[in-house]
Parts: sequence; structure tokens; C-alpha cells
Amino acid sequence: MSHSLIKLEYEILENDFSRAGEASSNMKKMLTHLGINSKIIRKAAIVTYEAEMNIVIHSKGGKIFVTVSPECIEIVAKDKGPGIKDLDLAMQEGYSTAPNDVRELGFGAGMGLPNMRKFCDDFEILSSEGNETCVNMKIYLK
Amino acid sequence: MNLKKVKESLNLEVIAGYNEEDKEVDGAYIGDLLSVVMSSANENNIWITIQTHLNIIAVATLVGTSCIIVAEGMEIDEETIKKANEINMPLFRSNLNSYRIACRLNDLGI
Ligand SMILES: Nc1ncnc2c1ncn2[C@@H]1O[C@H](COP(=O)(O)OP(=O)(O)OP(=O)(O)O)[C@@H](O)[C@H]1O
Ligand SMILES: [Mg+2]
Repeated sequence: MSHSLIKLEYEILENDFSRAGEASSNMKKMLTHLGINSKIIRKAAIVTYEAEMNIVIHSKGGKIFVTVSPECIEIVAKDKGPGIKDLDLAMQEGYSTAPNDVRELGFGAGMGLPNMRKFCDDFEILSSEGNETCVNMKIYLK
Repeated sequence: MNLKKVKESLNLEVIAGYNEEDKEVDGAYIGDLLSVVMSSANENNIWITIQTHLNIIAVATLVGTSCIIVAEGMEIDEETIKKANEINMPLFRSNLNSYRIACRLNDLGI
């Protein structure tokens, strides 16, 4: 089985808006090359983009790991903190702590985490104040 | 409907990423909040927005929009133009507001 695993890894920098979206765009390109169904690619692109932007905007930087197996696409977004104090609140549609300068760029609708949960099949988020945030998402191919 | 016809009928200003190609367009979407656009816009949509920051190119690419129309004659960042050219994402501008642009598209049957 292991021969058919594809692993991608992206470093995401804090506040780096000039490269923001590159990881998810690159992943989309790879999935397209693999001939994966376009509806599934769309879901993967949405959740990866949201995870990527959250690392850029809300964290001190982190990494995104993508694993493609014959069964599923797994996306893990892990950052270096500062973590989320109230996860239930953060998961609510419309809740955002994005600062004004970032809102002016079109971020801060408070829809990123709800989008991630909505567009993947398995969603798990681990975080607490002062710690790293880790989002684990799976999209099944069948 | 193809993109060339849209561009000509609405007299859109070509900013970047457009080579007169015969690209299919299918529907339109108006939105300025990127997460909402990500989840609601569809492939091959014309995306109308007043956002002009570089990140609109990433969103357009990920959604697979057929083009971006920047409304209200907003000034567009140099980085955005560069990126649109780099990846051939047609970037247009109109002095009309988003609603007026949508009405014109509707007149075209979109
Ligand atoms: N990786 C993270 N590290 C720390 N806080 C986070 C992280 N991801 C999300 N948050 C917190 O959760 C809130 C909600 O996140 P969500 O992605 O839903 O909305 P947003 O990023 O504020 O806006 P949008 O995603 O719509 O542009 C954020 O405003 C932030 O307070
Ligand atoms: Mg977000």
C-alpha cells in the first residue's frame, strides 16, 4: 500500500500574505494531476485554504501536511500557538478575532472553521490557550 | 456564454491575465468576504468583488472562477496584477458597482 501514498508538506509563515494561498493552490494542482474527482478537489482546496489562512492570520506560523492514499486525502494543519481559548466559540459561524487591517483584505467573516467542518468528512481540532492548534481533516475518495 | 463576449459587452477594462481566450463562463457570484466566496462561488463563475489584494487570485484559483471583475473602479495592487498574469487568471475592472455589473450580466443571459 505504501507505494501509493503521496505526502506533501508546506511551511506556513506568520503574517505572510504575499505567499498566502500558495500551499493550497499547489495542493490543488497536485490533486488535479492525480486525476482526482473535481468535487473532491474542491472540498480539499477549501479546507486547506482556510487552515492555511488561519495559520497566517492567527498563529505564529506552522505547517500543513497532506497525505493522499487510495482511500482518502488527509490534511493536518499544525501551528506554534498561541492556541484557542474557547473552541466552541471559535467554531461558531461569524465568530472572529481578526484585526481590522486583516478584515479590510476580506478575511474575518468567521467562516473558516465552520467551512472546514462542513467540507470535510472527518474533522478534529485540538487547541487550548497557550498551546499549539492542530486541525486534522479527512476527505474520503470513495 | 464565453468570456470574450462578456468582456466586450460590458466594456471591461483588461487589467491582467487575459489573452482573448475562448473561456466558458457559467453564472456569476458577488462577494467580498473571502471565506464566504470560497464556500459559495462555483467553478467557472464570474466573480465580482471590490477586494483587490493579492489573495483574491488564490481564492479565484481555488474556486476555479473564469475571471475576476473588480467593481467600482477600485485601485488594484501591483502584486495582484503580477500574480494574475503569472497564472493567467483574467482580471478585469469596471466603474460600475457590483449590482450594476450583475444586471448587465443578467441582460446577457448569465
Ligand atoms: N490556528 C489558529 N490559532 C489561533 N486562533 C485561531 C486559529 N484558527 C482560528 N482561530 C481563532 O478562531 C476564530 C475563528 O476562526 P475562523 O477561521 O472561523 O474565522 P476567521 O479566521 O476569523 O475569519 P475567516 O476565516 O472567515 O476569514 C479566529 O478569529 C481566531 O480567533
Ligand atoms: Mg479563518
